[in-house]
Amino acid sequence: MPEESILTDDFLHELMSVGEVDLLVGVPTYNDAASIGQIVQAIRAGLVKYFPRQRAVIVNADGGSQDQTQELVRAASINDLQQAPSPHALRTLHSISARYGGGPASGRGLYAILAAADLLHSSACAVISADSTNIEPEWIAHLLQPVCRDGFDLVTPVYHRHKFDGLLLRNLVYPMTRALYARQVREPYPSEFAFSGRLATQIFGQEGWAEEAEQDGAKLYLTISAITSGFKLAQALLGNKTRAQSNPPADVVDALREGVGPLFLSLDHYPAWRSNAPSEPVPIFGGRPELTLDPLRINRKRLYDLFRSGVEELAPLLNSIVSRSTLRELQQLASREEQDFCYCDELWVRTIYEFAASYHRAVINRDHIIQALAPLYRGRAYTFLLENRDSQGEEVERNVEALCLTFEKFKPYLEDLWDGRR
Amino acid sequence: MWDKFVVELSQATQEIIRNLAQFLPRLLVTLITVVIGGLAAWVIEVIVRSVLRLVKFDRLSDDAGASQFLRRTALPSSTELLSRFVFWVAWIGFILVGVNVLGIVGLEPHISKLVAYLPRLVAAVCLIFFGLLAASFFSRAALLAAVNAGSPSPKLISSAVRTLITVLSVSMAFEELGLAEQTVLIAFGLIFGALLFGLALAFGLGGQELAKRFLEARFAHPKQREHEDELSPL
Repeated sequence: MPEESILTDDFLHELMSVGEVDLLVGVPTYNDAASIGQIVQAIRAGLVKYFPRQRAVIVNADGGSQDQTQELVRAASINDLQQAPSPHALRTLHSISARYGGGPASGRGLYAILAAADLLHSSACAVISADSTNIEPEWIAHLLQPVCRDGFDLVTPVYHRHKFDGLLLRNLVYPMTRALYARQVREPYPSEFAFSGRLATQIFGQEGWAEEAEQDGAKLYLTISAITSGFKLAQALLGNKTRAQSNPPADVVDALREGVGPLFLSLDHYPAWRSNAPSEPVPIFGGRPELTLDPLRINRKRLYDLFRSGVEELAPLLNSIVSRSTLRELQQLASREEQDFCYCDELWVRTIYEFAASYHRAVINRDHIIQALAPLYRGRAYTFLLENRDSQGEEVERNVEALCLTFEKFKPYLEDLWDGRR
Repeated sequence: MWDKFVVELSQATQEIIRNLAQFLPRLLVTLITVVIGGLAAWVIEVIVRSVLRLVKFDRLSDDAGASQFLRRTALPSSTELLSRFVFWVAWIGFILVGVNVLGIVGLEPHISKLVAYLPRLVAAVCLIFFGLLAASFFSRAALLAAVNAGSPSPKLISSAVRTLITVLSVSMAFEELGLAEQTVLIAFGLIFGALLFGLALAFGLGGQELAKRFLEARFAHPKQREHEDELSPL
């Protein structure tokens, strides 16, 4: 979709009424009435407390909510001004809410915020997810200060998470992004993040970004674009990761579409992944993230059953995606009893790289390739849960690090597959 | 007597020569039509092949799983197959036009019918081809959706989808060709009805408990539907 259809007249009109700003905080929304008021108030409090001298604006890019999300954004801003006059604020804090065109999509929301950052010449910009009900005013400082004070271009978050939260992130998205693009970004698909005006201008000016915005995973493309273009990266600890009660955990297939599809597709768009540089750490501001170990009720048996039935039922389909030897190993794995089951790092990495190469060659419909990965991911998640059942945080981190190193070690295997040498 | 015989013979010879004189140019025109038709068909084939490559028809065919089927049966790629088909249809059309020029008595109506039938043949072949593509694509989509939803019989669902779409496209092709229209229509109706009736019976009687659980989960307590193991993947 061309940019004109995302940036509606209404949106541009709202932006023009603001004028130039120093800081911009964007909140993409779609039917988030339950949480948006609280989020806007926390953002306002953060801006007033930590950036009193800067000209700032909160931009709510809405996808066409039907539940009065926009009205709540406007009301929250007004109420906040009336009830809590800010003693520290030296500048006017604008707050606008406008709809972007083309219907609700996270990529379009991000594109509208990037456009706003570019058009208002803001030097730093943060994006806050409307799901983040536990947001604190300090988040704004943690995200924006590395950009304003230390000259970083992209700040991604790190959170204190439960050791079994974000399994796809820890078993695939993080290790593979790290192996391919040589930067240790823990959350390459961030919910909250900040970026410099320079990065916003470069991304907004890039040919084809309006089209990228149409696809799932625009946030992942932003991270990869920043890495491959040599921008300065940092991470900021934001506290605990929780999500709004109204949003249940995402379906695995949807999560694979959002996180893994764009990652596979990025291999076609960013040839920089072929560099053999070892991965470099990215500085973390605000302390080290920790894993929480509270007991969690998880239906492991279901994961195991879905892996077994998936391998059995999809064998002819998997045959056209992975190599014969990998399929044979998967079938052997599927025939094992629960207690002997282990989808080891090496086999998992080979499976993923073979899926990525098949995705590149589009051996079948690409969405079908991603869907066919779901049962295998469940098998891997089962092994992760089993392996780390009694592990403390450090041990879990060691296991994730070992997986990352396996992804890096097997990168030549992916290159061979890519070039048709295997 | 002899003179009359000679006259008749010379008249017959002249008749043959006259007929030959009339026929030879027509034969020549026929041959030229066939040769030029062959060349024109080849040009059309090249154009069709280029257009299909331009629109990445093989990718579409890969997506739908038709390429795998063609490879298994040692047939060329979809683009190649379709462009060759167009070549033969075009050339046969030219050959029929050429044969028509010969003016053979009794052959003309049949040739006209055959020429008029060619577009319907092309349409029928296209219907079957795209029907098989759609059957392959949607049956695979159904298989994946059923596997990922943890359904008890993913292959049965997938086969049912494939059979339905294949039967539908073959019926439409037969209707286009005008072959046994009524029979095909009735047969299709019977198969389609039987399939749905069978599924309804299997779901309602054989899987009473399953149906009950499904309907309860879907409509009675929509908020309590099980999500992916209470874990957030991202």
